[in-house]
Amino acid sequence: MRYVYFATFFIAILTVSVLGFRGTLSTKPPLELIPDMDHQAKYKPQAESPFFADGRADRPLPAGVVAYGRSSTAADGVFLAADDALYQGKNASGEWLHGFPPAVKVDARFMARGQDRYTIYCAPCHGALGDGNGITKQYGMGATPSYHDVRLRQMAEGEIYNTITNGKGNMLSYADKITPEDRWAVIAYVRALQRAQNGTAADVPPSHQSELGLK
Amino acid sequence: MSNLFPKSANKLPLQILVYLFFVGGLATAGITYYATNSYANVGYAPVQPVPFSHALHAGQLGLDCRYCHSNVEKSGHANVPTAQTCMNCHNQIKVDSPLLAPVRDSYASGDPVPWIKIHQAPDYVYFNHSVHVARGVSCVSCHGAINQMDVVHQDKSLTMSFCLDCHRAPEKFIRDPKLVTNLDWKHPEGESAQVEQGKKFVHDWNVKPPQSCSGCHR
Ligand code: HEC
Ligand code: HEC
Ligand code: HEC
Ligand code: HEC
Ligand code: HEC
Ligand code: HEC
Repeated sequence: MRYVYFATFFIAILTVSVLGFRGTLSTKPPLELIPDMDHQAKYKPQAESPFFADGRADRPLPAGVVAYGRSSTAADGVFLAADDALYQGKNASGEWLHGFPPAVKVDARFMARGQDRYTIYCAPCHGALGDGNGITKQYGMGATPSYHDVRLRQMAEGEIYNTITNGKGNMLSYADKITPEDRWAVIAYVRALQRAQNGTAADVPPSHQSELGLK
Repeated sequence: MSNLFPKSANKLPLQILVYLFFVGGLATAGITYYATNSYANVGYAPVQPVPFSHALHAGQLGLDCRYCHSNVEKSGHANVPTAQTCMNCHNQIKVDSPLLAPVRDSYASGDPVPWIKIHQAPDYVYFNHSVHVARGVSCVSCHGAINQMDVVHQDKSLTMSFCLDCHRAPEKFIRDPKLVTNLDWKHPEGESAQVEQGKKFVHDWNVKPPQSCSGCHR
């Protein structure tokens, strides 16, 4: 009987040494003892499909397709992205829009949203101050411009919108990451950064000028 | 008549019974330890086509998770980024790195980089990222300290009991939704302050995570 116990003990040790402990890193796909209904005949986003030649379950849009849908701020009845000011940054005569499209309301909440999005998507390159000194500069991205030179301060809002939407030069498009409304919010925040870096004594309200020793 | 069985054989039935109990216990222990997600899935760290490091990009460079996983707060699915997302920087940084060749090919051809999926909810489970992120459940609760991983591995079991542990007591985990992508954040005043604040959020936002079967198996 003692030998039977020895043998069992040996098998237990063997099992542990072969299977290891929980949480050990492994490059092998997890074993599925009982697959239940883990894999059903349906597609999830970004999944693989053996059916299509390119192996993707997500189908790219065929050429010429126009996205159907309506943004929350567009006027009723505007189903296709028909609001040129909002979606293209252009005014009625096809020039870059100065100011903001009527469909967005610039207020404190909008600014806060812009700051939030700016910090995620723009600050890595353009820096928290918009001076082009984001973290990537240290790693060799020298070409990121500062927002504070005259050209960019005078640039129409619509043209900045176009840069975010379609990219420009070395900066690629952010259209897949930022919704049209949020792009305008980012622009509002960029404008605020530009104001902040180019303030004059006259911008300080008279009641506060003495606090800064201006009088 | 010879003694076919020695006297000690009288004890044999009992000994066998004891042994069976012993082996049964051992087998039960082995199965509960090994035949679960905590053993099978935790620690899965496949070799990816590009040796992408979260410790570098999210930790050292401080990129927000949403810079790449940009749909995580908008949709149920947390997307793995497009090649263009990488090219935003890698068209100017490490332009010729051989490690990045699959990304450049993908950007040029439009075919995706064949990333290997790590975390996997079974198809009979409904899971939604945006609901959790909007309610201040941080990535770290379900994915561990991704911002310190050079190679992503599954850190939490993601079993049904794991989900329910939180759904029954969300106040232990939820935080200000602005802080969900700050994986190092812990409540500065410790555990009890976290529960205190969590209770307030649960009340103010009327947080009711589903505990009924149809919530997750729909
Ligand atoms: C990956 C780094 C990177 C990120 C992130 C980035 N940019 Fe840029 N941006 C650049 C570079 C590089 C240029 C210079 C492009 C050129 O002239 O080739 C640029 C140029 C610009 C310009 C000037 C375009 C012109 O007409 O000269 C604006 C405006 C701008 N970016 C806005 C933004 C905004 C808004 C965001 C956030 C949504 C953003 N950028 C995010 C790298 C970046
Ligand atoms: C620079 C882009 C980038 C950033 C920033 C980033 N990720 Fe990722 N993430 C990726 C890529 C690419 C993959 C797929 C390759 C891999 O698994 O390493 C990935 C994979 C993952 C996975 C595993 C997905 C799976 O297959 O199960 C998780 C979880 C994840 N990221 C979480 C995070 C979290 C949390 C953060 C913020 C701390 C973050 N990521 C920041 C690019 C990024
Ligand atoms: C915000 C800019 C940025 C983005 C976006 C970015 N990276 Fe990087 N990446 C860097 C920097 C900076 C380094 C470090 C360069 C160094 O060490 O000098 C780096 C290094 C790397 C390296 C190591 C290269 C080598 O030869 O050592 C790999 C691989 C890599 N990144 C993959 C990716 C992938 C895949 C993505 C897209 C999911 C991505 N990166 C997105 C900035 C970025
Ligand atoms: C409540 C738990 C939970 C939270 C919080 C959470 N995730 Fe996930 N994540 C999961 C689960 C479960 C999966 C597997 C989903 C599936 O297979 O459909 C997953 C999958 C992923 C994937 C891979 C998607 C794919 O199909 O390849 C990425 C990337 C990811 N999560 C990123 C994040 C990021 C970034 C955050 C924080 C903003 C986050 N997750 C927060 C539970 C969570
Ligand atoms: C750390 C806490 C936490 C974990 C872990 C967690 N959840 Fe949740 N879950 C929540 C909270 C908070 C809500 C939001 C409840 C609300 O808004 O009322 C939620 C809501 C949900 C919902 C309801 C969504 C809807 O549309 O009604 C589902 C489904 C769900 N969770 C599934 C899961 C699954 C599956 C897992 C395990 C992979 C999981 N959760 C893990 C905290 C968590
Ligand atoms: C919070 C979300 C959630 C709720 C609520 C929930 N489940 Fe689950 N359930 C899960 C997840 C996640 C899994 C997958 C676990 C895994 O991958 O092993 C699962 C797996 C299962 C399985 C398969 C287990 C296996 O390993 O084969 C059964 C059966 C099941 N659930 C039944 C139920 C029943 C019955 C209820 C109601 C009392 C319920 N579930 C409620 C999330 C949930």
